[in-house]
This record gives sequence, structure tokens and C-alpha cells, in this order.
Amino acid sequence: MGNVLVLAEHRQGALRDVSFEMLAVAPKIAEELGGEAVVLLMGSGMDDMAKKMTGYGLKVMVVDDPAFENFNAEKYQMALSALLDDLKPSVLMVGHTAQGVDFMPALAVEKKLPLVADVVELAFEDGTLKATRQLYSGKVNAVVAFKPADTFLVTFREGAVEAPEASAAGDVEKLDSPLKEEVPYRKFVEYVEAEVGDVDITQSDILVAIGRGLKEDKNLPMVEELATAIKADIAGSRAATDAGWIPHDRQVGTSGKAVKPKLYIAMGISGAFQHLAGMKGAKTIVAINKDPEAPIFTVADYAIVDDMFKVLPKLTEKLKELK
Amino acid sequence: MKTFVCIKYVPDTSEAEVKLNPDGLTVDDSRFSFDINDADNYAVEESVIIKEAQGGEVTVLSIGPKKSEVMIRMAMAKGCDKAVRIEDDRIAAHDPLMVAKVLAGGLKDQEFDLVLTGCMANDDWHMSTGVALAEELGVNHASMVNKVEILDGKVKVNRELEGGLMEVVEVDLPAVLTIQTGINEPRYAPIRGIRQAQKKELNVVSLDDMGIDAAAVNADASQVVLEKLYIPEVESSAEFIEGEPDEKAEKLASILQKGGLV
Repeated sequence: MGNVLVLAEHRQGALRDVSFEMLAVAPKIAEELGGEAVVLLMGSGMDDMAKKMTGYGLKVMVVDDPAFENFNAEKYQMALSALLDDLKPSVLMVGHTAQGVDFMPALAVEKKLPLVADVVELAFEDGTLKATRQLYSGKVNAVVAFKPADTFLVTFREGAVEAPEASAAGDVEKLDSPLKEEVPYRKFVEYVEAEVGDVDITQSDILVAIGRGLKEDKNLPMVEELATAIKADIAGSRAATDAGWIPHDRQVGTSGKAVKPKLYIAMGISGAFQHLAGMKGAKTIVAINKDPEAPIFTVADYAIVDDMFKVLPKLTEKLKELK
Repeated sequence: MKTFVCIKYVPDTSEAEVKLNPDGLTVDDSRFSFDINDADNYAVEESVIIKEAQGGEVTVLSIGPKKSEVMIRMAMAKGCDKAVRIEDDRIAAHDPLMVAKVLAGGLKDQEFDLVLTGCMANDDWHMSTGVALAEELGVNHASMVNKVEILDGKVKVNRELEGGLMEVVEVDLPAVLTIQTGINEPRYAPIRGIRQAQKKELNVVSLDDMGIDAAAVNADASQVVLEKLYIPEVESSAEFIEGEPDEKAEKLASILQKGGLV
């Protein structure tokens, strides 16, 4: 009772960052509840991962069952449903990831429990658990309070907080697999790696990145001219990939690549966190955007609030001159 | 193949500053243009692609105001056959679990093979409604889908994971799929389609019409309370380059050049 259960996420044999990041939050919440933070690890052949997760002074509960070799939303839902009944945690924290979003809403409906998704901050205030989340690509924050419930369900955003330093070793407790029945519905087939293109943008020195602000592909040559002038490669946000302006392997962000060029020029990119996560490691960041409140400016070193098309021609011309 | 596609009418805030209403709980959207949610637009296209390949019909299901009928007609102009618009101001729209319950109510007496919807809404970003809807309906699901292949009695899909990796899974039909952006190239509505869409069936229903008890989907029923909205401070340590557009360009060029960055 009063415990915060943190589901550690892993994929292809490796723990995901969010698994550690949640450990920066869970113990504080557990303390307020008079309980403790407990890590839950479900998978097949989990000894190494269990060892890694124990380095934070927390108890790690391990379900080691070949049925969990690959992620399966239905198995996860079935197992967690049983574990919520057995362990009765006050909070269940799961990463807001392609895994977490695939079963947590269904679990919430099944167990008639409240869910707040894509949480970036979690705290108690006057005895109420409150979650902060973002709306409108990060332009608005919302504070959502949980009404009293047996278990509060939270999916927590990857990259929202930094993982804590490793500390004392915690205990490992092996649990019997809560999975009793064969699940006939969903079948894992395989993983498919992203296609490799002609340019590896993770190796580029200079990237000129475009976003929704490009508007139409007929505007692409203007950007290409700048890129050629400064020997940059062209990358972009999800919006640019979806629109077909750049190939998938040039997408920067959570669902694309993480890049660390010397110079990153973001044009017409508002800077949703998924994009920022992929480029904030760049050495120098230039951002051009019409909206002065665009989140891209939070990571920029040099900022221009203006229409990219009004700035771009002169910028290219000047850079050519100065060469 | 009988398909339902659930879509949402959302404001376009991509290049605009967002301000709040005095209630602190809603966004002043009076200055924004509204349109179909990005991911839902791809869901509409996918539903039409499936219909073209497999036959059958597509029904649009949407919760929204009268003005959202422009969006619904546009989906029908692209090939969806009919539509149901749910309008009822008692729905707790801040809680995707309540929204899912309402959508499930709209589907409960219907036969369907597939329900498609966008994997995320541009405005509230929950990524929850579709998966919750599947549970409400008691059917299978797959989320963040960026490839769909209809097989005999089941569907094979690619799910988009982080870092560009994809997970291929098969689920039995009927199923709910939440569609990721970029899965296809949404078409433009043909002129003929736009004309035809005006004649297609569009029913407007309330919770009462659907036999849904408002007390099950209103703010009291929701287990979460939207306490407040606030505009986060853009904490920027950036050097903002001022001037006319040409001046800004010149200054930036000189900074980049002097700093040895280019």
C-alpha cells in the first residue's frame, strides 16, 4: 500500500532511458504516500537488466517469463491487471512511449482507474496527486488533479527529467508470472529497422533543418541553396518528413535521429519536445520562427523571430559573399 | 470491409502564439483556423485506401460543434460514405477515457471490421483515446500504426517505435488502429467528390439520442480534474537578432562567419 510501482521498459535486450528517469520522480511520490518506490521488470532472461535496475536503492520485482520475450500490449495489460490486484500500488508509472501508450489506456478502462498521459511533472499538493502535461506542442501546460482512486495511472514522458545517479543496491524479488492464459490475439512478427539513406545526418557538421513552416515543396530550392552555400545537409522535423519534403532517415527527433552537429539551423520548426530531444545536443543552434513563443527558442543560441522566407534569401546571399 | 474513422476538429496553432481565456481552463481559439487533426487526416486517407482495395463502406464519427461539419464533409468528399456528428456539451472533453466512452456509444449497435483514428491529437496530445476505445468495445487494437495490410480475418500492421524502429504485429479483426502521420499521402478532395459530399448522410446526435447516460461521461464521472492551464515561460538564453528581415539576415551571416561556424 502506498507504493509507487515503476514499470521499467526495455526493448531488444536493452533498458530504455525512461526506465531510469522515472526513478528521479517515483521515490518522492512514494514518500508522500508513506510507501516506497518499487521497480517492476517484465521480460525473458532478465538477470542482467535486473542487476542494472537494482543500482538505485529500490526493490526490483522481476517477472521472468518467455511469454514476455517481445512487447505485447495484451500480455502487458493482462499481467498488470493481475499485479494491480495483488500488489495494490497507489501509483503505476509507465513510460509514455510506443509501448506505454499501447496498453495503459486499455488498462485504465478495464480497471476503471484514472489515467493521465504524457506527464512531465508529478507532485503532491494538499494531499492530491497532480500531474503537469503539455498541450499544443508545448505552448500550453495543463495541471491535472487525480480524484481519489485505488491506483493512479501515469504515463511519463521520456526525457522530461534526468535519471538519478546510481546509489546503493536494492533487492531483487522474483515474482511468479501473472500470465496464466495463452493470448490468442496479437502476434509479434518482427522488428524492421529504419531504411538507410544516402546521407547519415548523425555525422553531419552542419544541418539546415526545415519544419512545417516550409509550407510547400516548391520552397525547398531556397533551403537547398543555403545548404549548398555552407556545405550543410538538409534535415527536418516530423512535419517535413510526413509532407514528403525530406526522406525518413533525415528526420530529427524521438521517432527519427538524435544529432549533434556543430551548427543546427532550424527554420519554420516550432520545436515540439520530440524534435528538441533529437537536436538539443547540437553545439550551436540557430532558430528562425514567426512565433516568438515557439519552444525552439528555449534551446537556441541565436534567434530570429520572423518569416523564414523573408530572411532566407539575404542570409544565403550574405553567406556566399563572406566565403 | 466496414470501417469507422474517428476524427477531431482542432485549431492550427503551429505558427501562432497561444493565449488563454480568463477562465484559465480553456485556450482562446478565436484567432485560429480549425481543421482536421493531422493524424486523423491520415486515418481518413487510410480508410478510403482500404475501401478502394477491399470494397465496403466508411463512416465518419466525430465529436464536435456544427462548424466541424466542414471537416466532415471534406472527409466524405475524399470517399467516406456517411457520417455521425456527436454534439453534447456535457462530455468531459479533457479526459480521453470519457471521450472513448462516448465514441464507443456511437459504435455499440454497429457492425464493423475496423475503427481507425489518429494516434494523437494536435491539441491535447494524450495518445489515449483510440486504445481506450478498443477496450470499451472489447476488441483488439494496435497503436501508432504506419503500415496496414489486410489479411484474412486479421490485419498486419507496422507500429512505429522510437528511433525509427518498427514493430510488425498481427491482430485479429475487428480491431481499432491508431494511425500515425506519414502512413500515406492524404489526397485532395476532387471537385466531384465535394459536390457529392453535400448529399451524403450526416446525422447529428446527442448523448440522449445514443442512449448514453450523461452522468457516465461528464466531468463528475471523470476521475481527473483539469485544474488549470498556464503558458510556460519560454526560458531562452538565445541572443535575439533584431531589425528588418534583411538586417537580421546580415547580422546572422556575420555572426556565423566570425564565429567560424560556417
